[in-house]
Amino acid sequence: MYYDLVVIGGGPAGLAAAEEAKKNGAGSVLIIERNEELGGILNQCIHSGFGIHVFGEQLTGPEYAKRFIDRLSGTGIEVKTDTMVIGISPDKTVTAVNSAEGYLEIKAGAIILAMGCRERTRSSIAIPGERPSGIFTAGTAQKYINVEGYMVGKRVLILGSGDIGLIMARRLTLEGAKVLGVVEIMPYSNGLKRNIAQCLEDYGIPLYLSHTVTDIKGENGRLSRVTVSKVNGFEPIPGTEIEFEADTLLLSVGLVPENELSRSAGIEIDSRTNGATVNEEMMTSVPGIFACGNVLHVHDLVDFVTEEAQKAGKAAAEYLRENKDGVSGETIEIRNGANVGYTVPQKIDTGKIGKFAEVFFRVRSVLNNAEISVKAGEEILFSKKREQMLPAEMEKLIIPKKVLDAANGRTITVSAEEAEK
Amino acid sequence: MIKNITCICCPKGCLITLDTENPEATIKGNACAQGFDYALGELLHPMRTVSSTAKITGAIHPRIPVRTSGNIPKEMIFDVMAEINKISVESPVKCGDVLIENVLSTGVDIIACRDM
Repeated sequence: MYYDLVVIGGGPAGLAAAEEAKKNGAGSVLIIERNEELGGILNQCIHSGFGIHVFGEQLTGPEYAKRFIDRLSGTGIEVKTDTMVIGISPDKTVTAVNSAEGYLEIKAGAIILAMGCRERTRSSIAIPGERPSGIFTAGTAQKYINVEGYMVGKRVLILGSGDIGLIMARRLTLEGAKVLGVVEIMPYSNGLKRNIAQCLEDYGIPLYLSHTVTDIKGENGRLSRVTVSKVNGFEPIPGTEIEFEADTLLLSVGLVPENELSRSAGIEIDSRTNGATVNEEMMTSVPGIFACGNVLHVHDLVDFVTEEAQKAGKAAAEYLRENKDGVSGETIEIRNGANVGYTVPQKIDTGKIGKFAEVFFRVRSVLNNAEISVKAGEEILFSKKREQMLPAEMEKLIIPKKVLDAANGRTITVSAEEAEK
Repeated sequence: MIKNITCICCPKGCLITLDTENPEATIKGNACAQGFDYALGELLHPMRTVSSTAKITGAIHPRIPVRTSGNIPKEMIFDVMAEINKISVESPVKCGDVLIENVLSTGVDIIACRDM
């Protein structure tokens, strides 16, 4: 079996990448999806707020997915659902299994990785205490409630104030549960400001900043009591314990890009993002294999996933046409400087960009009245002011090509610092 | 009185301030016109979109995502939820199909958010 392009994952990233590749002349295109239907995580994100950048209107997750799924018809893009990819080799052979066709070996001209991410679990943050039932990751609870129709509990505490945790606080409240609070170890929330307003404040749900879960107790096998303590940094402060009588604890404690397949293909992984190292076209260290969406780095907005995936799709089509990895200019490495956690892409080929290059990054702490600067050594090549930057919000920096040319092949750093007061 | 309002119209989440004595002349911090209207609305009569799921039979899943076709008064959110929880629809349903017309006389419908 041969396809010019195999897209692994049929969520927002895979859908947009496949469409864009086809539009730009890719021949045979196959999307492989593990679930029984396309759409990925959007199918369970029934709340509104998607699509403001891409469509100029607010859509629910399923509506956003439908726009892309509907556009597949007539394009000739093939889809295999209920199909699990189990390996990718560096020569771009994809092995997959499903119950209708059994074991499949698919040779690909190019591959786009769009597998998304997984939730961090209780064991990844090592919460002490007993191990009763009633402890769920927030996304799992979301699927139970929104797709499968099971309520997860009556008195709920949520650990982690990322967007999924905030959205679930409102969702559970609407479905009749009592949400006792959202507990956040950091001194600031990791969710969008509007979700604090419309998911917590609208329903009077308290947010405990600089607090974390320090003990869990069960009764007859079900969660019965959660102890929460104030923290100094990450250290619980004795004597500050608050006891919650809860039957359910949801964990919204971060996402990890799902890159087992990328590793099997020998793709270089960036330890800062847990995603592949890519260039300005989203191409990984293995020529012809691209990555986009949450498998590359965790996004907060699906609109930006779509845009990134379109970039990868277009580049994959170009790769297939030219059949080369074609480095055409100078490759400039990008490093993260002061207060910046990572950058995507991690390198830019100056011969491949138009007038600008887009660089995405996250800051490590809340910065007010800040300045982003692009430096080569100590030399400041470019700077940009921002009123406020939050770790919860991905930043996009548009760097003019002439700035990159001025770097003259040197490694550049992106840093963000508060202006002197 | 000075009031702070976090705008929910887009992911930017502008922090809008206004003086309740003279709101229209004092609205500040909004990056766009939608924010102006939202802040004023929050003061006079807060409105929200509600999304939830409804029971469906004969479909790939037992619940279908639904939402209000427009904003409803914030104080009616739980009443509207109760109406949504009363219905059961049968597959096939098309995205945009009206499942409850003019729910609780709000002038807003409950519509399906996907084909199922």
